[in-house]
Amino acid sequence: MAKVTFRIFRYNPDKEQASRYQDYIVSLEPGVTLLNCLNKIKWEIDPTLSYRMSCGSAICGSCAMKVNGHALLACKTQASELVRDGVIQIDPIGNSPVMRDLVVDLEPFWGAFRKVEPYLMPDSRDNPERERLQTAAQFLKIDAATQCIMCAACWSDCNSLEVDNLFYGPAALAKAQRFIYDSRDAKKRDRLVEISKLHGMWDCTHCGECSTRCPTEVKPLARIEEIREAAMAEGVHGNNGARHALAFRETVSKRGLLDENYVPVRSVGFFNIMGLLELLPVGLRMFIRRKNPPIIPHGIDNRKEVRKIFSRQKEFRRD
Amino acid sequence: MKYALYTGCVAKGAGRELLAATYSACGKLGIELVEMTDAACCGAGVINEDNPILGDIINARTFAQAEKMGLPIMNICTTCQGVHRKCQIKLAADPARMEKVNAELKKDTGLEYKGQVKVRHFYEALLEEYGLERLAKAVTRPLTGMKVAAFYGCYAMRPHEYSDLTDPDDPNELERIITTLGATPVKYGERLKCCGFPILMMNKRNALKLTGNAVAGAKNAGATGMVTPCPLCHLNLDAYQPEIDKSLRMPVWHIPQLVAYALGATPEELMLKTHIIRPKEAFALV
Ligand code: SF4
Ligand code: SF4
Ligand code: FES
Repeated sequence: MAKVTFRIFRYNPDKEQASRYQDYIVSLEPGVTLLNCLNKIKWEIDPTLSYRMSCGSAICGSCAMKVNGHALLACKTQASELVRDGVIQIDPIGNSPVMRDLVVDLEPFWGAFRKVEPYLMPDSRDNPERERLQTAAQFLKIDAATQCIMCAACWSDCNSLEVDNLFYGPAALAKAQRFIYDSRDAKKRDRLVEISKLHGMWDCTHCGECSTRCPTEVKPLARIEEIREAAMAEGVHGNNGARHALAFRETVSKRGLLDENYVPVRSVGFFNIMGLLELLPVGLRMFIRRKNPPIIPHGIDNRKEVRKIFSRQKEFRRD
Repeated sequence: MKYALYTGCVAKGAGRELLAATYSACGKLGIELVEMTDAACCGAGVINEDNPILGDIINARTFAQAEKMGLPIMNICTTCQGVHRKCQIKLAADPARMEKVNAELKKDTGLEYKGQVKVRHFYEALLEEYGLERLAKAVTRPLTGMKVAAFYGCYAMRPHEYSDLTDPDDPNELERIITTLGATPVKYGERLKCCGFPILMMNKRNALKLTGNAVAGAKNAGATGMVTPCPLCHLNLDAYQPEIDKSLRMPVWHIPQLVAYALGATPEELMLKTHIIRPKEAFALV
């Protein structure tokens, strides 16, 4: 049996000034999960090691941790797949304050969920005789997002959260999709307006970490794409993110290529003096180096064809 | 080797040095390029979010054009490459969608996407088709002494199901090219992160924090320069650098520039003067 070094992040803020790594050498039996190994360490070598676990079957969402730098569920992953040069490095999930060893404070993560009001808000005026039913097709639109086990693996590796702890984060935005696309919910537009604000859906960088780390079918980035689509279709356009998408639509439909001079100005808003002023320094720097995009925007050969595609597809949407 | 060159928007606009360097590098390697002057913007994921079917039709049009030319597509932008591959993979997995996209495409253009065209980034073409051994032989000006930090760009790696990298959680494709050119690759914590460009217009403060972290990470790891296959990353890493921290002074290359330079191209050929952070110091090491 191969011997593997488990290099585990240790920190007890009550007793220690700083965090440290502790090595445990364990022989890997065939077929064991990472969680099996941690349990072995805790039960047979060092009972002071702290981590969260419960179901052991990728359902409860408590055992997310960073392994070799990326978040995953310890109970869903074979330990043998994680060995790098004889070592498995384990850290607590990211973007969260450490309470002890691999246990983090999840309050910020729950707080983001509360911000999207994660419950059905049907039209209060209709008072149905029986429960509100959904067709299979209607449910399919929210099926993926309903599968969240709230493990925070996505939250851990989210690039936007790393630089902005007020960002809603992937799981909460996926939860918003679950209600925005719910045929029984009456607050679609209000929800879209709310999450279009600063720190909301348009602040997602599209880094793709969330969808890559998510152990279920939620794949938050795909859900974020859907709520952006809904915002564009609903006409919730009064923000930089939506205006940026409109600028794409407007310039690509005209010439087939993006007009890089127009997009930034359109995105911040034509009358947003402060925003426009912020664009000046980089514009100047680029102008001086002759790096500025050509004043007369470039285009493709057959612009008519692209115009035709855009104008015919204008009204076509997913539903 | 012959490719249909998909330039995308930036290489025709704010990143013209990228196009110049691509022609220079490919010319020196004997890779023939036919520019796709009628291919539209890939949408950078933005058009797809606005209207998914429209985004797919526009990209299917590009693929169909290349199929008609009988050539594989070469991309020089990680974002274009990622968007193209995502579109291809999604259409291949969903015959009904493919049919719908083709029906629409046919109505407006008469074209049909057969699902066959190969789409490769410049650096993937070097690795997979040209071969590093051949590249090593072509190097006339080894970049000895340069410590180069690769910055991949999100679309090359994530979500994993759309990535062509061997190990998208720990890729070495760019590092292998850097080594072949005679330079030393520098690995650092931020090399797989987002550059911040996608939210530059939505939340500049957050965007530039991400950019700054990446450049500082490379610098602290001892890099004398950074290289990226994505001209959008390049815009943030280079053109916005003075707004983040003037003391960073980290030159940032496009990958074709680095390759072409090692093949003997002059700084003028690569339009190095258009860079905001002029890489003179770094090139002086060679
Ligand atoms: S894609 Fe967006 S939400 Fe998902 S991890 Fe990246 S920044 Fe966060
Ligand atoms: S979206 Fe996925 S990764 Fe995020 S909390 Fe839910 S199940 Fe976990
Ligand atoms: S222990 Fe429940 S998800 Fe891993």
